[in-house]
Amino acid sequence: MSQSIFEQLGGEAAVDAAVEVFYRKVLSDDRISHFFEGVDMAAQAAKQKAFLTMAFGGPHGYSGLDMRRAHAHLVEKGLNDFHFDAVMENLAATMQELHVPEALIAEAAAIAESTRNDVLGR
Amino acid sequence: MPDIRYNGRAYPLSDGQSVLECLIEHGVSVPFGCRSGVCQACLMRAETGHPPEASQKGLKPALADRNYFLACVCNPRESISVSLPCREGTRTPASIVGMELLSSEIMYVSLQPHELIEYRAGQFINLYQAENLARSYSVASLPTEDPYIHIHVRRVPEGRVSNWVHDALRPGDTVDIQGPNGDCYYQAGSPEQSLLLIGTGSGLAPLYGIIRDALAQGHTGPIRLFHGSRTPNGLYLTDRLRELTQTYSNFDYTPCLSGEPVLKGYARGRVHEIALSKLSDLKEWRVFLCGHPEMVKNAQKKAFLAGASLKDITCDAFTSHATFR
Repeated sequence: MSQSIFEQLGGEAAVDAAVEVFYRKVLSDDRISHFFEGVDMAAQAAKQKAFLTMAFGGPHGYSGLDMRRAHAHLVEKGLNDFHFDAVMENLAATMQELHVPEALIAEAAAIAESTRNDVLGR
Repeated sequence: MPDIRYNGRAYPLSDGQSVLECLIEHGVSVPFGCRSGVCQACLMRAETGHPPEASQKGLKPALADRNYFLACVCNPRESISVSLPCREGTRTPASIVGMELLSSEIMYVSLQPHELIEYRAGQFINLYQAENLARSYSVASLPTEDPYIHIHVRRVPEGRVSNWVHDALRPGDTVDIQGPNGDCYYQAGSPEQSLLLIGTGSGLAPLYGIIRDALAQGHTGPIRLFHGSRTPNGLYLTDRLRELTQTYSNFDYTPCLSGEPVLKGYARGRVHEIALSKLSDLKEWRVFLCGHPEMVKNAQKKAFLAGASLKDITCDAFTSHATFR
């Protein structure tokens, strides 16, 4: 059986290295930063870590229904494909910055992409 | 619908209500302070049933293991029997040994606990004005250098405890305190790390303690303090801090004023904006933020975006519930 990206990248340590880089990009991105106004940063970083673990194919407890529920209040505020694309871009840029091979970046992007309809409540 | 059982009576819990809200609604008098799960003044114990994990956040493991919880952030799904912790176990009487007005708003209070309290500079204690009325104050003293516990009490308009401290409390009086609590203190082990400390008003108290602790422990990296207020009355210990910059070349102090008038020797603007404009790269820095909740929240975000790791940013926001001054 082939290793998941999560294992190939070095497991939880890789996610720990990526989470702050990713969260910083998301918070500084004017297209989506307003969705994070006023949130508890420590709690939000924990969610980003869970998201990255999932995108890296690691062990996670997310179901499609969870993704729906968690983002419903943002969909009400206008969350749409434009914002989802911005997050996808930040995910790829984070992995590039950490010198992750392109093939693994594509694999992580495909996993993250698979949540699009749930996140956007469709 | 779950019940909260207390002192032999059962009180029905409404949807979304905390244990504290439920008891208060039914006219039961129990201690509380911040109502935000921070000050720990509303500590209670579950006699039966298990308190939700979220209500034990920040408690010492020894207390959490014995089913202690914070009533203000406890939303149980099932009925529980609760009690107040025995008074002897958690509170200590302390004598007021000194008081001095440091500015028109800030009262320095020196306390001698009647039994040994082991604390770190920067942690906070709860000061009880009455059996059920407490407020949290950060500790500015250093246990290795100061014989007493020092706190700085800012007079809050209509503040029940702060006005009592300023107007009624006198040296020789005895008060109840509880603590220490919190994780806002200097951690030895990285003497070369750069430290950034930003505070508003009496948020200087923990920072002053942390700075003296760091210097006493031989910290060699840069220590940069930014203290802000709207008016000069909110700033204090300015002479003492300027003296410290003369003694320690790695310590730097910038008093900031956000309101009028513009005074010589003070930076003009909001304290965290001034600090972050001067220090644009905080990678590997340790950051302490104390005081006004909005400042703390904004500064936390800016410090993180400037490269500080979240685990290296310690926030001590002074919560106050508007209706419970």
